[in-house]
Amino acid sequence: MRGKFARIGLASVVVALLSMFAAAGRVGGAAAQDKVAATAEVKIDNFSFGPTALTVPVGTTVTWTNRDDIPHTVVSTDGVFKSKALDTDDKFSFVFTKAGTYPYFCSIHPKMTGTVVVQ
Amino acid sequence: MSQSEKDEILHDHNHDGIDRRGFLKCMAWAGTGALCVMQGGVLKSYSMSRANEWNAAKMAGELSFAQISDSHMGFNKAANPDVAATLKAAVDKINALSVQPEFLLHTGDISHLARPEEFDTVDQILKGAVAKDVFFVPGEHDVIGDEGKQYRDRYGKGAVGEGWYSFEKKGVHFIGLVNVVNLKAGGLGNLGGEQLEWLEADVKHLKASTPIVVFAHIPLWSVYPEWGWGTDDSAQALSYLKKFGSVSVLNGHIHQIMQKVEGNVTFHTAASTAFPQPQPGKADSPGPMKVPAEQLRSLLGITDVNFVRGQHALAIVDSQLG
Repeated sequence: MRGKFARIGLASVVVALLSMFAAAGRVGGAAAQDKVAATAEVKIDNFSFGPTALTVPVGTTVTWTNRDDIPHTVVSTDGVFKSKALDTDDKFSFVFTKAGTYPYFCSIHPKMTGTVVVQ
Repeated sequence: MSQSEKDEILHDHNHDGIDRRGFLKCMAWAGTGALCVMQGGVLKSYSMSRANEWNAAKMAGELSFAQISDSHMGFNKAANPDVAATLKAAVDKINALSVQPEFLLHTGDISHLARPEEFDTVDQILKGAVAKDVFFVPGEHDVIGDEGKQYRDRYGKGAVGEGWYSFEKKGVHFIGLVNVVNLKAGGLGNLGGEQLEWLEADVKHLKASTPIVVFAHIPLWSVYPEWGWGTDDSAQALSYLKKFGSVSVLNGHIHQIMQKVEGNVTFHTAASTAFPQPQPGKADSPGPMKVPAEQLRSLLGITDVNFVRGQHALAIVDSQLG
């Protein structure tokens, strides 16, 4: 008895999932593509962030990559985000879900500063 | 100009500030090394390349100590793939001195990434020194991620605040300062109000004739602010030391030897035991300088400091590892 119920239940779930995939395939393609495209890069070279000022739409994932031979950090001046020490080629990502201006710096080389503007 | 005159840098006691030209004149590379003798507020600096001409008796003092800096344990890039070996070489060089220094000073960036195993390796290598006491101050690499908690757990026993402290050795007052925590965006090294208050109180009771040695990681003078080579509130710290006849300030951070005299204060930065960094403004950034392997050790070093009682002079000898 119990086994039969379980089988019926499983079948229902499979059908429901298939319907969802079909729907996504028909109408969700364009929207999904927009979301995937919302990424931006900041490179750390020669003790500076490049670009120093970055403007991105809400929802963008920004990824910093340290290309120096010396570790750096990416720390929001207002405490919004904070990376660990990034050794050579290490990356740090943060998703900006709210519009605003986000100044940041390297906490061990504070002369290194940058800004992300989210709009 | 004879070679001897070229190797000798003389600073005027009344030289208050320092322009860019004067600053470059004051620079001595670890590769050539320098012996500095301060007498009556005038610093004389002799190239290590002429060490065979030194008068050993003149250099002898009642107190000597060796400064090492910027061992960056954990660094493994092309500029020096074996920083443990070069630190060991520095210790060997100190152990080979004819008169053993009473203690070692490490002016920070002990580790490269503040990893426990990096500190462990340095501790292990320093155990090989004949001199058993080592005094530390943290560099910015030693406080990554935890604002120095691990550093203080390891090295900060008996220290105050973020890890600053003072001690006496044979009449010389030593002050270890911390200028690598709570750094502000766009700023330089930072001592902070609490430490400045402590410093003022720490030296208040001392006689003006007491020789003072201040050591901290980031230079306490404006070496090159564009690269962050300076400390925002160092002028206030130095203002508390004005009454003293002899003040020596030892720093690391910039991985090269520089010195200057400003009034009663002699500033000195040490070479790194790990890798050299470029001269100010002579590269796109202060990142590690890659030099041919056979030259590397000539750009790394240790500093041996002699204190001569009665003359209130500190003689600073920089020697290269190669």
